Amino acid sequence: MPVSVTKDVEKLKDTSVASPQETAATHSGASTPQGVVDVSSVRKFLMARGNSAVADRGFRWLMIACAMSIFAIVALIASELIARSQLSIAKFGIGFFFKQAWNPVTGDYGALTFIYGTLASSIVALIIAVPLSIGVSVFITEMSPKFLRGPLSFLTELLAAIPSVVYGLWAVFVLVPILRDDVNPVLMKTLGWTGFFAPPNFGQGVMTAGVILAIMILPIISSLTREVMTAVPGSQREAVLALGATRWEMIRMGVLRNARIGIVGSIILGLGRALGETMAVTMVIGNRPEIVKSLLAPGYSMASVIANEFTEASDSLYLSALVEIGLALFLVTIIVNGLARLLVWAVTRGASARVA
Amino acid sequence: MGVGIEVKDLNAWYGSNHTLQDINLNIQPNEATALIGPSGCGKSTFVRCLNRMHETNPIAKVTGSVRIGDLDIYNDASPVEVRRRIGMVFQRPNPFPTMSIYDNVASGLRLNGFRNRRVLDEVVERSLKHAALWDEVKDELKKKSGASLSGGQQQRLCIARALAVDPEVLLMDEPASALDPVSTAKIEDLIFQLKSQYTIIIVTHNMQQAARVAERTGFFLNGKLVEFDSTHKIFTNPRDKRTEDYITGRFG
Repeated sequence: MPVSVTKDVEKLKDTSVASPQETAATHSGASTPQGVVDVSSVRKFLMARGNSAVADRGFRWLMIACAMSIFAIVALIASELIARSQLSIAKFGIGFFFKQAWNPVTGDYGALTFIYGTLASSIVALIIAVPLSIGVSVFITEMSPKFLRGPLSFLTELLAAIPSVVYGLWAVFVLVPILRDDVNPVLMKTLGWTGFFAPPNFGQGVMTAGVILAIMILPIISSLTREVMTAVPGSQREAVLALGATRWEMIRMGVLRNARIGIVGSIILGLGRALGETMAVTMVIGNRPEIVKSLLAPGYSMASVIANEFTEASDSLYLSALVEIGLALFLVTIIVNGLARLLVWAVTRGASARVA
Repeated sequence: MGVGIEVKDLNAWYGSNHTLQDINLNIQPNEATALIGPSGCGKSTFVRCLNRMHETNPIAKVTGSVRIGDLDIYNDASPVEVRRRIGMVFQRPNPFPTMSIYDNVASGLRLNGFRNRRVLDEVVERSLKHAALWDEVKDELKKKSGASLSGGQQQRLCIARALAVDPEVLLMDEPASALDPVSTAKIEDLIFQLKSQYTIIIVTHNMQQAARVAERTGFFLNGKLVEFDSTHKIFTNPRDKRTEDYITGRFG
């Protein structure tokens, strides 16, 4: 062993002497004592770099600042919402969030109608969009022939890039007539007994808003779901197949099960968009502050009432109430996200999240 | 009980790559058969042809016939039916990370609609005992995830999972190559015990391992089966010069 090590050192010396830098140094007259390995040019370069501690510290503080800005932004938004809704908070107290009234003439305001409208349309959107987008992702990742994969992914992502006002226009001119004349009558006939699909059928309402929202959150959920499903290692698929699983069983056990945390995450993101979406919803939800059990009836969402009435809020209490609606939207989003996280935690407790 | 396997004129391709060429061999029931050869020689592909996993790759193709017991697996059965009768253990342990140890072992039966809880309990216990893992996990069967075990334990869990469906043949594709020597020894012990009940085919890079566990050994090279004989013969007096070169380490 020692012999070979010495040989290696000898070899190293040979190469360092043979490098052009060294030859140049010898030519210029600098004499290297025999047996001492000269510092190679690479080594010189690396040693001259120093320990870069200053740059590293600067980088660290920069990153901390970026992270802290998140806290700052959230705090600023929350404090501003609270400050500007002082008038309304003082007058109605916590009851504001549980009151259906919305009467600018008498100055009586409550957020419940709008909270209902936002939640109901978002839930309708999820009911439609979740199975649809999981289906799209399963097809793209597990079944699609190669030539379809690219175009399908591209088109789903394109759906995300369409501005919401364009969705709104499309909904007004295409979706509303279709739902009013073709879909809703069938729903009323078959599911009317549930009470969720009762007349009047104007075409504009919570249901229509839910459908347009579903189309808008479809690309978010499906593109993220697709990513997570692609990340599931092939060895998991093989393990299930080798047990004698059919294609569907393999997808259920080997892919969906492993990807479920990520899928729930993508649904949360989609829900976030649905809750806050303003323009398209405003154009089709009907904008009537009323809680009706039937989803076909017009409703009103939090984002819509702010967008519609902000410019015409004539007195300061009205304006203050609208800002408090904004605060309510902020709170609802936080609560829904919190609940979703709780759900993820409950589902994954005990099981490792190795395949996220 | 294990069954014999009869392979006739088996050819396999990956795209235009002819990875298995005219393979003919008979594997005896209730024996361990080792397949050795350098990387890329086709031994893994061969094993994957025995349970029709090769064709899960869209560019793969197989011709020829494989009889397992009295079933012609390429003509008389669907891939799903074939795989239900043949267990497979892969090179890298691949337990289901979102399932408990119990659920991992029960997965094969549950997949096929088996719901009797009492029998499931028995099968899980028996399979884990067969895989020499029972004593290490019996207290946390339903609490611990399959992924929380060590590498060697995970591989034995995968063996238990394969055994739970009571296969006639157990295919092992380099089952110990990702494990440390202690875990490897455990897996080898296991193979030794299991072969009284199953027909075992094990792909390995480790020639001592082949010599230790297998009655018969096949040597693959460049997609061809160069030599197939009793392990003793292969390692002491091989017929083919290439086999001798490989087992003595004089090979590339």
